[in-house]
Amino acid sequence: MDSTTVKASETSTTSAPQGFDMVMYRIKKHFTRVDPYLTIIGIFLWLFAYWVLCEGLKIWRFDKLPGPVAISKDWFSTTPFQGISIFTQEYYDHIVVSCRRILIAFGLATSLGVPLGLFMGWSRSIRDFVFPIIELLRPIPILAWVPLSILLLPGFEGPVIFLATLASFFVTTLNAMLGVDSIDEEYFRAAGCLGSSRWDVFVNVVVPGALPFIFTGLQISIGVAWFSLVAAEMVSGDLGLGYLIVDAYMNNVTVPMVIAMITLGFIGYFSSACVRAVGNKLMEWHVKELNQQGR
Amino acid sequence: MSTSKSALSNIFGQLTFWRGVRAIVFFLIFWQIGSLLDDWTGYDLFGIGLVPPPTDVFTAFLEVIPKHGYWMSWVASFSRVLTGFLVAMLIGIPFGLMLAVNRYFRGVFFPPFEILRPIPPLAWVPASLIFWPTNEMSIAFVTFLGAFFTIVINVLGGARNIDISYLRAAQSMGASQFHLFWKIVLPGTLPSIFTGAAVGMGITWEVVLAAEMISGGGTQGGGGLGFFIWNSYMGGSLEQIVVGMISIGIAGYLSSSAIRKLGFVLMPWRRLF
Amino acid sequence: MVKNTAKAAKKGAISIKNVTKVYDPGGVNVMAVDNCSMEIAGGEVCMIVGPSGCGKTTLLNAIAGFHSITEGSIEVDGELLCGPTKPKAEQGADRMVVFQHGALFPWKTLQENVAYGPTVQKAMSSGEAMDKAGQMLAEAGLGSFIKKFPGEVSSGMARRAEIVRALINNPKVLLLDEPYRAMDALTKQIMHESLLETYDRTGVTIFFITHDLEEAIFLGDKVHIVTTRPCQLKKTVEVNIPRPRSYETQSSEEFRKLLDEVNEAVHEEAVKAFKAGERELA
Repeated sequence: MDSTTVKASETSTTSAPQGFDMVMYRIKKHFTRVDPYLTIIGIFLWLFAYWVLCEGLKIWRFDKLPGPVAISKDWFSTTPFQGISIFTQEYYDHIVVSCRRILIAFGLATSLGVPLGLFMGWSRSIRDFVFPIIELLRPIPILAWVPLSILLLPGFEGPVIFLATLASFFVTTLNAMLGVDSIDEEYFRAAGCLGSSRWDVFVNVVVPGALPFIFTGLQISIGVAWFSLVAAEMVSGDLGLGYLIVDAYMNNVTVPMVIAMITLGFIGYFSSACVRAVGNKLMEWHVKELNQQGR
Repeated sequence: MSTSKSALSNIFGQLTFWRGVRAIVFFLIFWQIGSLLDDWTGYDLFGIGLVPPPTDVFTAFLEVIPKHGYWMSWVASFSRVLTGFLVAMLIGIPFGLMLAVNRYFRGVFFPPFEILRPIPPLAWVPASLIFWPTNEMSIAFVTFLGAFFTIVINVLGGARNIDISYLRAAQSMGASQFHLFWKIVLPGTLPSIFTGAAVGMGITWEVVLAAEMISGGGTQGGGGLGFFIWNSYMGGSLEQIVVGMISIGIAGYLSSSAIRKLGFVLMPWRRLF
Repeated sequence: MVKNTAKAAKKGAISIKNVTKVYDPGGVNVMAVDNCSMEIAGGEVCMIVGPSGCGKTTLLNAIAGFHSITEGSIEVDGELLCGPTKPKAEQGADRMVVFQHGALFPWKTLQENVAYGPTVQKAMSSGEAMDKAGQMLAEAGLGSFIKKFPGEVSSGMARRAEIVRALINNPKVLLLDEPYRAMDALTKQIMHESLLETYDRTGVTIFFITHDLEEAIFLGDKVHIVTTRPCQLKKTVEVNIPRPRSYETQSSEEFRKLLDEVNEAVHEEAVKAFKAGERELA
């Protein structure tokens, strides 16, 4: 098998490039298209406009916000003017605290929400009893829970994690349930024909069939978790990126505020990319199917 | 057809309906017992022990309903939500459509958009409090941001997913660019616009609430349901906190069903599903 | 020799007696099948032909145990599947269904799909089942695709694998619901030959629903033509073309004659169905 492919590439000059050549080819191809240049222009224009408004011309109201130069000066300085930079321990403390809270909240919500959602989709009676209660609680915005959870749960950690968990729990549960609903009836019939027990159907049809929806749900859920975490940290917190933003605001320093915002953006993006990667790993079949359809 | 639909839901709905009723009744009883257990036995059920029982919440509700201030909070929150939401629709839909239709526009504007999108809307609150001259304007801005990103992403996705054969069919029948946009692209995107609007509406409520709670600690917050909850929290009235939560739940539910209703009216071809 | 093995297996006789099925979507009664009777001998290839949405699939679903019947009874080898006392048949591995849109689990490879049946029935250990599955797929000419997911292979391959997945359970009856509907004529031809080859090897009873009249005559021992909704047996055409058949059969005089006969009977019903304009029942 190997020897034939080698031969083929030796004999024919038009065969598809392999290995390193392929990578180079892709890079070259990428840069002959107009899109990457547009991206660069776009980001540059945006930064430039931001700079002009805040620092270049110091337009009214915009002069209150820190411009890109001020931010990057402080962010990458060993002696930051306003207290937060990549060289200060405090910056990483906030990041670690927020990430740990997200991990706990997201983990809890996923480990409770996915099974519950799957069972709700699988069994009519479980759904009939549980769904109304979820639907009753779900319209209440997560942030309306803030005061109650501060009063009920001890410490700073409890309320913050509770709020983030609650937010992603609803999303995860509903998506897992919809995932089961989305499975084609014929797969259940086929499984029945082949002599499956009810549990076989659950393991072999319900769980894998709902995975695409579950992972769509998890991606939304991690975003929602960050959303409510920031809110909770802003209202009640001792550490964390949300707290950093509010703390900076209270102390009238604006640079750490923007640094925290950008950091949140990065980490948020990174975490949903992680969820996507795990999903693609678990759903090889789905990825291949979509590739075949050319999406 | 509509009569047969309701007959269907009658036949199949009955068991489900009564199970739902039972579940909710159980839930309320559990809540009642859980929160009173403390008084009866001295044992505190974790987390629930401090929540006021449903009966107390109900009496608190009855107390609040005749008050003018309570209804003014509704008006204040609703007007904030609507302002932010409508502005987000007005700017977001054309922006999303432009991103979908024009490649150069997308190349330039999409990357910065994608960089800003992952930042949670509430992280913008302090920055916008600094930037905008009044509190009201900064709340409106953050509300707008919350809905804007969702709407744009949905519009973009919807417009790009329109089956190319519809466009070709229209072109072969001699449609102009103007027609293609108004008769094919816009209606084709409508379902996604409504999905985006429904999600955006939810986020809008969250943001308004948070903004009211964060900024409305002072008196210039101008009321609102978030402020109502925050005030009750400050005053230590747990019953009123729960009343506020339920009110917001109802408000959020009303606004999202209004969107669904509108979608039903504007998209007759989707009613079959 | 081939003929001998085919006729040796006589199991899988289906007898459908006065079956009626009334659907009740939204309180409006729709009669899908009305007093329909058919006798299918063991080891016979029985083709059901009728217009779209006439209730053929309803009949198949009743045999497979997906739906209940309102009246009548269905027996397989003299055993009652469903009848007045038991409106819905139990699903079982003796009646395997091959679905219209294909129902290989997209999250399992072809080999895992085929091995699934024996594994969950605990007829084999999962290792044995995987070996057997690999072997049977190889026999069906799918040897180099066993590690692929259904989404990665062509629809023809997938359909063939689905038939293998059914056959590994040694069913008495194979129920096929327009399995080749979405295929082009050339692929269809290959699929037909492969199905006939499988039939000659196993002698399983085949209950095959189709719209394609040439397919019906080419594959079948008997062609049952049913009326538009409600579904009743209109006419049975015996196909006495000797097996094994090849694509040349289709140009024979006898084949043409049968085709005309079937066509005449079906066309009338198709016009009726078209005029009614009803949507197909699922």
